Amino acid sequence: MIQVKTMADYLAQGENPDVLFWVGCAGSFDDRAKRITSQFAEILTKIGVRFAILGSEESCTGDPARRAGNEFLFQMMAYQNIQVLNGYEVKKIVTTCPHCFNTLKNEYPELGGKYDVWHHTEFLQDLIDKGNIKITDTNEYKGKRITYHDSCYLGRGNNIYEAPRQILEALDTDLYEMKRSKKNGLCCGAGGAQMFKEEEHGGIRVNEERTKDVLDTQAEIVVANCPFCITMLQDGLKANEKQDEVKVLDIVELLNASI
Amino acid sequence: MISSIIFISLLIILGIFSFKRYRQIYQNIQLGMPWSPSNQLKDRIKNTILIALGQKKMFSRPIPAIFHLFIYLAFIFTQIELIEILIDGIFNSHRFIFHLAEGSFAASIYIGLINFIEILSVSAFVATLVFLSRRNLLKLPRLNMKELTGWPAKDANIILIAEIYLISCIFIMNSADLALQDPANSQYHFLLSSLLVPFWNGISFHTIEIFERIGWWGHVIGIFGFIAYLPYSKHLHIILAFPNAFFSNDDAKGKINYMPQIFNEIQSMMDPSFASNSDGSEMKFGAKDVQDLTWKNLLDAYSCTECGRCTSSCPANQTGKLLSPRKIMMDTRDRLEEVGINIQENGSFVPDNKSLIHDYISVEELRACTTCNACVEECPVNISPLDIIVQLRRNLIMEESNSPQEWNMMFGNIETNGAPWKFSPTERGNWANK
Ligand code: SF4
Ligand code: SF4
Repeated sequence: MIQVKTMADYLAQGENPDVLFWVGCAGSFDDRAKRITSQFAEILTKIGVRFAILGSEESCTGDPARRAGNEFLFQMMAYQNIQVLNGYEVKKIVTTCPHCFNTLKNEYPELGGKYDVWHHTEFLQDLIDKGNIKITDTNEYKGKRITYHDSCYLGRGNNIYEAPRQILEALDTDLYEMKRSKKNGLCCGAGGAQMFKEEEHGGIRVNEERTKDVLDTQAEIVVANCPFCITMLQDGLKANEKQDEVKVLDIVELLNASI
Repeated sequence: MISSIIFISLLIILGIFSFKRYRQIYQNIQLGMPWSPSNQLKDRIKNTILIALGQKKMFSRPIPAIFHLFIYLAFIFTQIELIEILIDGIFNSHRFIFHLAEGSFAASIYIGLINFIEILSVSAFVATLVFLSRRNLLKLPRLNMKELTGWPAKDANIILIAEIYLISCIFIMNSADLALQDPANSQYHFLLSSLLVPFWNGISFHTIEIFERIGWWGHVIGIFGFIAYLPYSKHLHIILAFPNAFFSNDDAKGKINYMPQIFNEIQSMMDPSFASNSDGSEMKFGAKDVQDLTWKNLLDAYSCTECGRCTSSCPANQTGKLLSPRKIMMDTRDRLEEVGINIQENGSFVPDNKSLIHDYISVEELRACTTCNACVEECPVNISPLDIIVQLRRNLIMEESNSPQEWNMMFGNIETNGAPWKFSPTERGNWANK
């Protein structure tokens, strides 16, 4: 069991954490994503980063509402969250969700919420660079044939392509790029609030189309950085009856098993 | 004398005609809502140089980029020759600049330039043939989608054929011109067209002279026609790519533009001391029609080259959904043209019971977008179809309350539970206790 303190706990002790871990809705409630959340918290604990969560004071950033077109609801959520964040005088935030990352980093500033926002891939890469995270020589992913799926909001949305790949390199994995990757990466199909509704009528589901790219690489593991991509890719693999042959993992899970 | 008069009259007609049309386009773009990019002047100049002049984004697909570059360079450099054409036309002179420079070093620059234009023209000729066949014989999927049926497909071919015509005129003119010269005492030599000179063997001097004039006039009429046609065509991008790149934002692509009206509304709701700077006029949420979009969206629509790179990379389109980001841009332009004509005829806009949403772009198209930014990334002239999609979605949700049931549930959950699913906020930290 990991001991996780909230901002309120820190405040009660008259202290300030180094960084706020913004967990996000998927990370808080989705069973698969919760495992990634705990593993990220585990890494932070192992290397001694003093972090806090907001716990019940955290709310949806409003990303799906905004992208569906409900700007009013988005700004209501932003208002509430900014009140809480500014109330605790939060300076630095790290999050395991690229949607939360994008919203907090790019969309909150003009609404009055200005923070130093990090996505976990860059955050972890930075810690590896600084030597705070040491990868074991005999990590279980060494030499494994893997592929990496760029989420839209980390990749095209925020131009972060290299940090996650550098982590995979540090782990000594055998990376096979999909035919559509980096700037040309294909969406998993979840963004723009699609996650919360049935897909429009068409030939094939977006996640199944993306799964074809994954299968083409013949990788054993597809690495992602977003809880929604992970759900989509898992469903896509299931639809192809390949869920036992190809695992979908967050970069956090690879790293946590290797330090 | 007569030819000068004809030339000047044509020039005046072209001037008036083009002025009217370009003014109309300018006025149409002005119908949009205010918008200003947040980047610095130096970044805007950099964008213009890299994206419009340097065609940086074209090179993500190198082969078409190189062929396109040939046509583009040939086009730009032929415009230098246009200066001489204008002078010769008005004063009924022949190669005015050359004769002015004759004997000096400038004359060799002139000859070098014409030679260079000839080489570019041949490359452009080849490129044009490649483009024509890729469109009509190879039937490249992105150039044969249903939104291109009819006028857009014709438009593309008209311009390509016009290019072949213009280049042919140049070579008829130059080679006839060379054939007319005394070989012993030739004043200028053009490498490529001299290869064509043998074709004039056995043809009378007088006939060649007529052909030289046909080449010249053919070229002039072609160029004038091209200028007049341009603003009715997707080829307007050769001009508008420049302002469009200049007025582009450098914000992270993931960022969606915010709505200040709503910010004011929420601030005054939550904080009574907040001084709202809204002018009390009736608020409209999102865009229903072209006038509700920003003027940059409208400039985007006129700048679209209809190349379909956006659509061919769109996850929704690739998986058979109705959405095509190119169609979003073409629809915006078509509707804007319609609104422009309406205003011109009636003095001001008279409602025609139509709007961009529903009559041009359907709800199903809008609902298929994953906001993945692939279209924005791909567009060689920095257009954002996504920005228009989001504004139209806002109108559907906030004005029409037109939302799928599942989204309504998601909205409801966010509002009451602070999460898109039905979980209580008190359970948020539960993962930590496991
Ligand atoms: S942002 Fe929307 S329209 Fe553009 S490529 Fe992605 S899904 Fe298609
Ligand atoms: S929006 Fe851009 S990418 Fe799409 S068709 Fe127009 S010019 Fe091409």
